[in-house]
Amino acid sequence: MMPVTLFLALGAILFCIGLYGVLTRRHIVVVLVCIELMLNSVNINLVAFSSVGPVANVTGQVFSLFVITIAAAEVAVGLAILIALYRNRASIDVIKHDLLRSS
Amino acid sequence: MIQNAWLIPVFPLIAFVVLLLFGRVLREKAAYVGITALALSFIFAVAVLFERIGGETYTFVVDWITFGESTVTMGYEVTPLNAMMLIVVTLVSLVVHIFSRDYMHEDDRIHVFYSYLGLFSFSMLGLVLAPNILQLFIFWELVGLCSFLLVGFWYYKPEAASAAKKAFLTTRVGDVGLLIGIVLLFNATGSFEYADAFAAVEAGLISDTMVTVIALCIFLGAVGKSAQFPLHVWLPDAMEGPTPVSALIHAATMVAAGVYLVGVMYPFFLASDTALTIVAYVGAITAIFAATIALVNHDIKRILAYSTISQLGFMMLALGTAGYVAGLFHLMTHAFFKALLFLGAGSVIYGVHHRQDIREMGGLWRRMKVTSVTFLIGALAIAGIFPLAGFWSKEEIFASVLANGDPFLFAIALITAFMTAFYMFRLFFKAFTGEFRGDHEPHENNGFMTLPLIVLGILAVVAGFVNAPFTGHALEGFLTEGIAVGEQAHGGFGLAVVSLLIAIGGIFLAWVIYGKRSISEDFLPGKFRAAHRLLMNKYFMDELYTVVFVRPCVGIGKALYAIDRFIVDGIVNLLAVVTRSVGSGLGKRQTGQFQTYGVVTIIGGIAVVALAFMLRGYFG
Repeated sequence: MMPVTLFLALGAILFCIGLYGVLTRRHIVVVLVCIELMLNSVNINLVAFSSVGPVANVTGQVFSLFVITIAAAEVAVGLAILIALYRNRASIDVIKHDLLRSS
Repeated sequence: MIQNAWLIPVFPLIAFVVLLLFGRVLREKAAYVGITALALSFIFAVAVLFERIGGETYTFVVDWITFGESTVTMGYEVTPLNAMMLIVVTLVSLVVHIFSRDYMHEDDRIHVFYSYLGLFSFSMLGLVLAPNILQLFIFWELVGLCSFLLVGFWYYKPEAASAAKKAFLTTRVGDVGLLIGIVLLFNATGSFEYADAFAAVEAGLISDTMVTVIALCIFLGAVGKSAQFPLHVWLPDAMEGPTPVSALIHAATMVAAGVYLVGVMYPFFLASDTALTIVAYVGAITAIFAATIALVNHDIKRILAYSTISQLGFMMLALGTAGYVAGLFHLMTHAFFKALLFLGAGSVIYGVHHRQDIREMGGLWRRMKVTSVTFLIGALAIAGIFPLAGFWSKEEIFASVLANGDPFLFAIALITAFMTAFYMFRLFFKAFTGEFRGDHEPHENNGFMTLPLIVLGILAVVAGFVNAPFTGHALEGFLTEGIAVGEQAHGGFGLAVVSLLIAIGGIFLAWVIYGKRSISEDFLPGKFRAAHRLLMNKYFMDELYTVVFVRPCVGIGKALYAIDRFIVDGIVNLLAVVTRSVGSGLGKRQTGQFQTYGVVTIIGGIAVVALAFMLRGYFG
């Protein structure tokens, strides 16, 4: 049996890569992909605890299925927003989308 | 009729309101509104005087404010003194209204001028009718305001604007004294009524020191208003106003209000020898002081202004030496002949195209007949030539000073009378005889300007008869009725001859120098160079006041301004600058880049977690 720590480490590494990508990439689709990465790192945690955790049961796997569903919906909405944004501003560079700036 | 005396000040007030509302429409017709109002006032005043001569003092008052034991009243009163004043004020105001129609017709703001004249007439008549000293004080301030407005009528001229300010501020010094006097009087007697004050003095309810202090405070108000030394400096500058205003306000009525005030409060002054002596000496000093300046001045209006100050000093001198009737008699005669002289000067100024320097006149006798003759009458009257008005009143003053004053005061009075005759005829000979020295040919003015001169000219001849020996001193009997002012002195034949000789002497000297030119004009100034320089510079009084009062005040003002500007404003501005720079500094951090926000959020989250761990001791 592999210790739970290894799975958690994998999840943490994956989360950090995703977070780094979200904070640094300028291509807006890549940012969205990185968000998926972060969600999947959470899934790894859920599944890991459900199989090798101290109180192993099926709840974690069910939760991960929920997360995958929500993520799919989120990607659909996110991509729709991206298309609308691209049509309006003709750019997929996140730096150029700065409407929140103080004038 | 006497019950309707309150209408006398109301007519000019109506004229003022009408001109305020419709002045722009009426324009030059505004003159007729003012003239009508004053004519009505004058008719009423004459009726009131005749009724008063045969009747009793009429008083009508209503309660105004009641507090504690005291009640302040408001109303009007017709005593012999104010019945006489009503005639003087309405008559002079009427002729000035008539005179101004042409004198001011070139001015775009003639309707404003007439509305101010109306307001002034209302205030002055209200002052005269006031039954108590508080009401008098209200109108006292109102006439001061009108004086300010009219002196500064041509406010676009810097001299006029600053003269108006000077007049207002200088009289304000006296008014503060008057206000203090009124407060002290109320404190001592619990009433503002004249009668209560006199009764309290008679019953000895007020200590002698207090009577003197109150009398002197009230006198300070009179000093300011009547331009007595040392608060006389505003009156010559007030000549920047239109000439009819100088005739009405600064010769006949408002400046006489100070003398009137002392007259109204006379029993109070009589109770204090110290106060009376001070009144007499201030009057005497003012009389000779102003007369000496008038000897050398070249501005026709300023000579008359100094002459007015000098004559007001004469009135104060008379009042200060128990000459109650003499002072008020001179007030009346002076109002007529000085208004005549000022309007004559106005006619001359208008005729020679707005020149005021007598060196640029000359030879007007042939060119302006009516003006010249009436001016000569005025000059003879003020010099005190028999049988003109000034002779009778001045002789009364001499008698009063001789009887109750000391020889020093009498000497001053005689010297001043000599100077008066001299400077008036210096003015007359320089302006009206010899060759014309100006550049525009002068012309006589039409009836609207000469009629007032003729009316006042007649009055300057006959006004003195009301208190002459051959009418049995009628005015004296009238004025002293029901008021305890003591025995009035009368001069005999000898004194009359002396005063006449002095007047003739002054005129003769003026004729020798300026008429016949036997002595050069420059002989005396050359002989007494230092004295001449002193007089030309008006004893350096303005310069002295500039150094002693104006500069320190301006200095304090500048220091306070600097404190306000740099310290108070500095603190406020500092707060604003800090707030704004913090705001703009933080605003720059709002880049609109969600990734930047994300970084900050993550770092903050990590910092919070790390802090929690450290404080809980999870790291060791």
